[in-house]
Amino acid sequence: MSKQQEPVVNWKLAEEHGLNKEEWGKIQKILGRVPTFTELGIFSVMWSEHCSYKNSIAELKKLPRDGEKLLVGAGEENAGLVDIGDGLAVAFKIESHNHPSAVEPFQGAATGVGGILRDIFTMGARPIACLNSLRFGPLSKPRNRYLLDHVVKGIAHYGNCMGIPTVGGEVYFDEGYSENPLVNAMAIGIVKHNGIKSAISKGNGNTVMIVGSSTGRDGIHGATFASVEISEESESKRSNVQVGDPFTEKLLLEATLELCKKDYVIGIQDMGAAGIACSTSEMSEKGNSGMIIDIEKVPMREQEMTPYEVMLSESQERMLVIVRKEFEPEVKAILEKWDLHCEVVGKVTDSPKIQINMNGKLYSEIPAWDLCLGGGTPVYYRKTKRPEYLDKLQQEDLSQLPEPKDYNEVLKKLLSSPNIADKSWIYEQYDYSVRTNTAVPPGSSAAVILVKGTNKALATCTDGNGRYVYLNPRRGGQIAVAEAARNVVCSGAKPIAITNCLNFGNPNDPEVYYQFQNAVMGMGEACNVFDTPVTGGNVSFYNESPDTAIFPTPVIGMLGLIENLKNITTSHFKDEGDFIMILGTIKGEIGGSEYLKVVHDKISGDAPSLNLDFEKRVQTACLQAIDAGIVKSATDISDGGLGVAVSECCIKNTEKTLGASVYISRKMRDDELFFGETQSVILLTIDVSNLLKLETIASKNMIPCVTIGRVKDDGILKLNDCINVPVEELRDAYVQALPKAMDGELL
Amino acid sequence: MKKVGVVVFPGSNCDYDVYNVIKKVLKLDAEYIWHKETALRHYDAIVLPGGFSFGDHLRAGAVARFSPVMQEVINFANIGKPVIGICNGFQVLLEANLLPGALITNKHLRFLCRDTFLKVKNNKTLFTSNYKENEIIKMPIAHYTGNYFANEDTYKQLLDTNSIVFQYSNTNGDISDDTNPNGSAHNIAGIINEKGNVLGMMPHPERACEAILGSDTGIGVFSSMLGV
Repeated sequence: MSKQQEPVVNWKLAEEHGLNKEEWGKIQKILGRVPTFTELGIFSVMWSEHCSYKNSIAELKKLPRDGEKLLVGAGEENAGLVDIGDGLAVAFKIESHNHPSAVEPFQGAATGVGGILRDIFTMGARPIACLNSLRFGPLSKPRNRYLLDHVVKGIAHYGNCMGIPTVGGEVYFDEGYSENPLVNAMAIGIVKHNGIKSAISKGNGNTVMIVGSSTGRDGIHGATFASVEISEESESKRSNVQVGDPFTEKLLLEATLELCKKDYVIGIQDMGAAGIACSTSEMSEKGNSGMIIDIEKVPMREQEMTPYEVMLSESQERMLVIVRKEFEPEVKAILEKWDLHCEVVGKVTDSPKIQINMNGKLYSEIPAWDLCLGGGTPVYYRKTKRPEYLDKLQQEDLSQLPEPKDYNEVLKKLLSSPNIADKSWIYEQYDYSVRTNTAVPPGSSAAVILVKGTNKALATCTDGNGRYVYLNPRRGGQIAVAEAARNVVCSGAKPIAITNCLNFGNPNDPEVYYQFQNAVMGMGEACNVFDTPVTGGNVSFYNESPDTAIFPTPVIGMLGLIENLKNITTSHFKDEGDFIMILGTIKGEIGGSEYLKVVHDKISGDAPSLNLDFEKRVQTACLQAIDAGIVKSATDISDGGLGVAVSECCIKNTEKTLGASVYISRKMRDDELFFGETQSVILLTIDVSNLLKLETIASKNMIPCVTIGRVKDDGILKLNDCINVPVEELRDAYVQALPKAMDGELL
Repeated sequence: MKKVGVVVFPGSNCDYDVYNVIKKVLKLDAEYIWHKETALRHYDAIVLPGGFSFGDHLRAGAVARFSPVMQEVINFANIGKPVIGICNGFQVLLEANLLPGALITNKHLRFLCRDTFLKVKNNKTLFTSNYKENEIIKMPIAHYTGNYFANEDTYKQLLDTNSIVFQYSNTNGDISDDTNPNGSAHNIAGIINEKGNVLGMMPHPERACEAILGSDTGIGVFSSMLGV
């Protein structure tokens, strides 16, 4: 298109931009006229789900978003901010990059990491850890192996080069994710209370600067693309996926942290989705101010870019910085040290509007308020309908399934299921030890990161079992939070806050919206009980393709605080002779279990039952026992049930050849007992001499506490009379599964 | 008090870890040296830390080698003062011809981060005198280009001059393909120059200086070098 002539804007063009008739009318009402082409582009990205949360905000507002430790509320800044004492705060957030990763997995995943890191360091926080949560289709398909391989390489490429350890995550495989892989990236940073910077623009006459990379045509309409289902039509409309440059971002990180120390920097925000359009309007809206931007001053890497393209570009590694007037040379000096671009592109005004000029010609003039969440963006209350499949699946009688003949084989089969198997093939590609804070590396219940200069540490994990949410959206939402909390508790930490990434299908489908609404309700209920407010996060809808839809997959990023380093606890067994204890009650529920899928090829039944108050008491007891110094190892029961949990506790001690002997008398089948995924159960080991102490703690919390066996030094795992197998065989199954699957060997 | 200079190239990311070990663990003095600086004489030792200097553009270490600081690092080495290059720093030392051989992509063509065990082959160096001969120490590797390559002549020269300092092994000290994480020739993890004052190594001793991080046996490299 010629740079002078913009296309005629009409309803048809608006529709092509993903706007509906109602929104088209609303835009004209706001402006009092037909929008220009540039304005249409800006509205379409700012009102996309990705930026406006128009389909989800009504539900998200029901989540608990307050807490005494929260320094900023959800959505107020680029990321949530939690006080951890010692004058320090933790900034953390999770975000999806599903759609770009489906198209170009390496760059999609890499820029997902880059984006979430910018959210952290623009607040003045030094990023100290990354996590992720991934979903793919089965590895039996070459395309899915390609996606996993390249997503992992992309994450590694970005995080490793930035020098920020990737310390944890999770990955699951299911057919529903074949066309819709999920790539959720989380980052955590630390900032002194007095070093926090806001994403705000204010002060008439102050200077607007762009720092970092120059602007190209990459990712134009990325936010809009992320807000439709992937189809052949959308493939053709698809924007160029953004390309990440972690080296530039590393320089930008250091330069930004230097800038954040300066009083003359008023506010700073990264440019992710919707690029300059988003950062200019969100910062102005927050400061009740306006802006005049001269597009021709923006450093560009391509010829003849139009205002439309410049405003919507999602080129990576850029920031918008608001600087007190006359301090531009100081900012430039800092950026120049790091060999980065830095240009004055406009100024702050006291008008409510964002005015976009190019070479003296006005291209766009929109009130900031109307573009922003919490302002004039549309809010939709979507229809819901309870999905028909729910009753049928929940009521299926699983008690009639044949009992396995060879339990040893079943256990090995479970341990070699990619959903359970050792993930070192993945996490060894991530630098997880740089910055010398990683006290518990990937592979335990949660990762533990030291907070330098204090006696504290953070325990953190990501969790979200989509299968449970599919079978029971509300309880699945509760379980996602409960399990994440349990995982940090097993590491010795008190859960303090969560961030979430809500991955769902098309919100216009009432059955999908039912899943969404109920899952969010369940999460909220659990967060209230655990006192873990939601500090922010991200919603990703439209994870559907013509052939498949994903399981509804809310992913929880949990933050736990370890107040005393002596409480750091790992999951594997430590010493021969230790008593193996369980806190809680094994109920033998196999609905939605990995066992049911792997052995009986079924995804059905109801999600495991959960009593949140009971769960809270189990977690409290576990923490008290850890604090009393009597817990040698702790882990929960999750995928694969007690059988897999005990196996992993033996396998993961690589320094000793340990085994275990477990005997449990229960009126249930052994497959239910050992492979059921009962919630609210924590598996501990203690020295025999501490039995009474543990029992006292359990009874004070009114929870059952039972000795189920002992750790052995014979390298044999014995569970009742049904399992008797050398741990070395289990280890082989567990460790070799993923590398073999990635080599294309039959699963 | 002994003072260590930690060079910071654009893209260095283990600079802080080394600095922290010198200051907080060894309680000696350390300073960052920006890659455009050239005054090094007042330092007792120089560390080229790990990371992705210049984004590994062109080839790991290839651009950093031309930073202004590097001519001074070469001069510093030539007058016999100690220089360590760790990971990306090792790559820079090879590019600067301060050490022989080359580093190529790991044999599995993937970035690899894991704990490794090293055998101290030569404890009679400036950097290993606090270790016993053949002592087994534990420290992590984290690299994509850490596969040490030396042709037969170079290897022979390394042997003749007793320049192989660390080799990848297991806890028993076995040196074999099974204990070789990245395909390095003869399991070589670290070498010194003939004069004995320049050490290059792929594993990260600075990440193994506190028991809470899984190992404190890396501290010997720094304590030997600084005579403490």
